[in-house]
Amino acid sequence: MNSIDLSVKIGSLELNNPVMLASGTVGYGNEISEFTNLSRIGGIVTKSVSLKPRKGNPPNRIFETSSGMLNAIGLANVGLEEFIKTKIPFLKEIGSTLICNIAASTIEEYVECTRTLDSENTVKAFEINVSCPNVKDGGLIFGNDVNNVRRITEKVRAVTDKPIIIKLSPNTASIKDFAQAAKDEGADAVSAINTLVGTAFDIYTKKPRIKNITGGLSGPAIKPVALAKVLEISRNVDIPIIGIGGIANWKDAVEFMICGATAIQIGTINFINPNASIEIIEGIIQYCQETSITKISDLVGTYSI
Amino acid sequence: MLQVDTIVESVQEIKKNIFLLKVSAPSIAAEAKPGQFCNIKVNDNNSPLLRRPFSICEIAADKISFMFNIVGVGTEILSKKRKGDRLNIIGPLGNGFNYEGNYKNVLIVAGGIGAAPFPFLLNEIAEDRQISCFIGGRTKDDLISYKMKNILTSTDDGSEGFHGNVVKLLKSKINEYDKNETKIFACGPTPMLRAVSEFSIKEGIECEISTESVMACGFGICQGCVVQSSRKDGFVLVCKDGPVFNAVDVKL
Repeated sequence: MNSIDLSVKIGSLELNNPVMLASGTVGYGNEISEFTNLSRIGGIVTKSVSLKPRKGNPPNRIFETSSGMLNAIGLANVGLEEFIKTKIPFLKEIGSTLICNIAASTIEEYVECTRTLDSENTVKAFEINVSCPNVKDGGLIFGNDVNNVRRITEKVRAVTDKPIIIKLSPNTASIKDFAQAAKDEGADAVSAINTLVGTAFDIYTKKPRIKNITGGLSGPAIKPVALAKVLEISRNVDIPIIGIGGIANWKDAVEFMICGATAIQIGTINFINPNASIEIIEGIIQYCQETSITKISDLVGTYSI
Repeated sequence: MLQVDTIVESVQEIKKNIFLLKVSAPSIAAEAKPGQFCNIKVNDNNSPLLRRPFSICEIAADKISFMFNIVGVGTEILSKKRKGDRLNIIGPLGNGFNYEGNYKNVLIVAGGIGAAPFPFLLNEIAEDRQISCFIGGRTKDDLISYKMKNILTSTDDGSEGFHGNVVKLLKSKINEYDKNETKIFACGPTPMLRAVSEFSIKEGIECEISTESVMACGFGICQGCVVQSSRKDGFVLVCKDGPVFNAVDVKL
């Protein structure tokens, strides 16, 4: 079992294994640590942090749909100062690779957050959220414009030597152009995908099911879309990809890696099975044994088309 | 908080469309407190995808019971479980009732399936307290008196007991109790909880309400189940900060 090398490299970021916990689905790690052994996980991407605290959207924030869920949390978070003071110390203790996800309303705010966190040794990389569909100021306004993604990447790159991952939106015509822009400006990797914009209505009250009207669709329902986006980037742009979207078990994880993902993140499944990450790692090990893979990174992009 | 595979002992329809699901879950039973809840995965597939949260209704040795009515696909599936079926449960979750303290009268206010958490609470409350249970429903078919004591009922249509909602019934009887020696525990639909909260605050009576919300995880990571806080400009989580709140702490 130990003969299988599960480590992966994303730019200069080294992970013990390719399974990470997606931003916004594990808070700051403390709650889920009661259910799973976080030290075994490849990496934790913390809930988007913004310069100032955000209280988030009013309820209802979530609604279940077929094999998926809509959410419009609205980037509720404790803000940068509190994050550094109270959240990082816990994350330091658990011994998993910590990646900070940063959300902002302006380019300056992205830069300020990155610059401030750059001096935190516990933070090993940044994931820049240019694709949250649920806030009016920022998020998708940036993520839908390739020039904005280009500028944000360039400015953030200038203030840190740590690996930068740009989290891309699927709500665009051509995700490969965004991945290319991120690469051109020095990003180490892209993560794909963020949630898909969706909505649901009550047919009797004729009101939206979530207060924000639209939300981000996640869960197994979006897996085929996410996989197609990962494949599109993989076939067109030479940049490491972190695959995200509806991964619920080890087979899904392996499928993403075959389609070009160097690592994967799990999100919605954490809500249902908080130990899913460990089960996925164990499943990947078994798959490697079955198929005589000694190094998991050899699996990446091995699709046969 | 634990995630465990439990075994179904029984599913009993105690009243039309009111079910009692009993599972064997020693580790959760040992930890649980009245007012806490569990998040149940009703099957092993994606339909439905999310867990379903239920108040803990009763604990007997290592068995836990949940009371529910059929409101959707999740509860429909649960109602058809058989003895020996496996159910994956996360629990116990949230903060339960604070029933310690100096008061003599316990006033239970339950609307419809809001009766669910009270058998467990009543079993734990000190014997020297005086218990009165105000139970409301739209019609007499909605009144759930399972393991309640000293019951007063109300129905919106007047088909049984007081004609009107349960908060009006409570108001009509409140003078029979010394307000300084009384604590209200309420669970039911949000409009009912709102009315109970407003009334208790106005009267200066201690009151705890057990709230509900759509939720995904049940333990604080999805941030989906918020209610407005009275203490700050922001929200608190039903799953982690609640589901039981002091009436003065939240604005429903």
